[in-house]
Amino acid sequence: MIDNVAKNRCIKYRKRILQLSQKLGALHVAPAFSCLEIVDALYYEVMQTDTFILSKGHGALAQYTVLESLGILKESELDNICQPSGRLGGHPDYGIPGIEASTGSLGHGLPIALGMALADKLFKADRTVYVLMSDAEMQEGSVWEAMLLAPALELNNLVVVVDLNDFQSLDRVSKVNPNFYPMTEKVLAFGWELAEADGHNSESIKQSVKKRGGKKPYLILARTVKGKGVSFMENNSIWNFRSPSKDEYELALKELDGVA
Amino acid sequence: MRDAFARTLYQIAKKNPKVFIVVADISPAAGMAQFRKEFPDRFINVGVAEQSMIGMCAGLAMRGCTVFAYTIATFAIYRPFEQIRDDLCYQNIPVTVVGVGGGVAYSTLGGTHHAQEDVAVMSALPNMSVVAPCDPLETESATWACSQLKGPSYLRLGKAGEPILTADVLEPFQFGKLRYLQKGKDICILSYGPIMKIAMEIAKKIEEIGQTASVVSVHTLKPLDKNGIASALKTHPKVIVIEEHSQEGGLAAKTKEIAWEEKADCLLMTFSLKDQFIHAYGSQQDLWKAHGLSCDDILKKMSIAKGGQNG
Repeated sequence: MIDNVAKNRCIKYRKRILQLSQKLGALHVAPAFSCLEIVDALYYEVMQTDTFILSKGHGALAQYTVLESLGILKESELDNICQPSGRLGGHPDYGIPGIEASTGSLGHGLPIALGMALADKLFKADRTVYVLMSDAEMQEGSVWEAMLLAPALELNNLVVVVDLNDFQSLDRVSKVNPNFYPMTEKVLAFGWELAEADGHNSESIKQSVKKRGGKKPYLILARTVKGKGVSFMENNSIWNFRSPSKDEYELALKELDGVA
Repeated sequence: MRDAFARTLYQIAKKNPKVFIVVADISPAAGMAQFRKEFPDRFINVGVAEQSMIGMCAGLAMRGCTVFAYTIATFAIYRPFEQIRDDLCYQNIPVTVVGVGGGVAYSTLGGTHHAQEDVAVMSALPNMSVVAPCDPLETESATWACSQLKGPSYLRLGKAGEPILTADVLEPFQFGKLRYLQKGKDICILSYGPIMKIAMEIAKKIEEIGQTASVVSVHTLKPLDKNGIASALKTHPKVIVIEEHSQEGGLAAKTKEIAWEEKADCLLMTFSLKDQFIHAYGSQQDLWKAHGLSCDDILKKMSIAKGGQNG
């Protein structure tokens, strides 16, 4: 039952992120909650010697907590996040254990991944490059340059997972850009193989990766809820970059423990 | 210069199987034919997509490849500025961004094609090196030097057909060091890039009036050879800077900074492009002239030609 084990891990990550948020005035809590199951499933169920780029760098806490649980980052590293004595910041930095690219500005991860995947192909490295993007990130023009280019370069060793929560910082993506969805036709028209998944279900994410045909670059639309796991944070823009108050923190912990 | 670049890149690629060139639909055409024939997998045209060009170069270099990005200078650095800053400089990744047509080389194509503030913009970036050779021979050395760097660089080239200026120069090209193309006592001319041609003409005029001039190629603008410039300011009574770049943040401004720090007491005059978008067309020399950078204009201001301040 990988799902229950994964579920428990993801509850632990959420509690850890909330704990860390109490030391800081603001943190990208909801963006991390949105992609936790995806990051966890990729690291625990999918990747071996592969590369992972968190192109939505503001989801850093998701990656940090998963790396901590794998023992790649130390507990003390996370305890000192965003502190003068620490080296982990609000976005992933290249050179930190487990971090393969500096991100934070959206639309950078995919072009970098294209270069890595191209080198891997030409030099016959047996690995896949995984990129996690947010749906809102796909408003960046650089993403569509790279979306067009990846099939042209026949990069069948590239997998993009889109954390599709229909939210951006200020509003719903579908409200800012009414023609943004559906994404399916756009991705297919650009020459990618496409799959969909429940982005909060480990088994669904794993199965969607397994279905990959392997002839084209692969994109998984993983449906998620921004702020997932704490009801008052879900689908509420204010939690994009904010730390809960002491009372909110206690309330969130109770909910995660299933006693609320 | 672009052919010298292409020839050199081919030589580098022959020795190193991990050398790539990624272009955004602009290629040093004739010179690249051999490269493309022998290493088709290592010539990548991303299409009209400069952001992806730089991002991909970063990814290739992060896998241990030696990578050159190549297109017209303005497109190479302005459109994908943030990719250069974040993907190359912030991560300190060894990619050489080659800008062809630095300055006003595309003299008939208008302001969208003029890289007249590129040295200032690229120099402002931490970890970035900025190299601007003055002729095809220096281009060869500069290309080799950039391929050896451990961090990002901007290689500012002219276009095609630049004359060879340094064939008889004894002093070798050394990354990060001033290069004396000739040595004199009375005046020192600091310059870089194809406008070195004007610097040399001026040196000749100086010699005609019985004085001697040093002519220096400041091919590496970052890291700038500050000691070298300080020494030039100390050993010459008159120093002039001639550059095909805006007066904002180029070699002129940097030299003034060093002169202040060193409490230099020489006479220092600088000649740069105007801090303006000028709507002028013609040859590259016509554009230099429109910016006040003709040989005659400079000589007049230096009070050497007739009609100058003391002439």
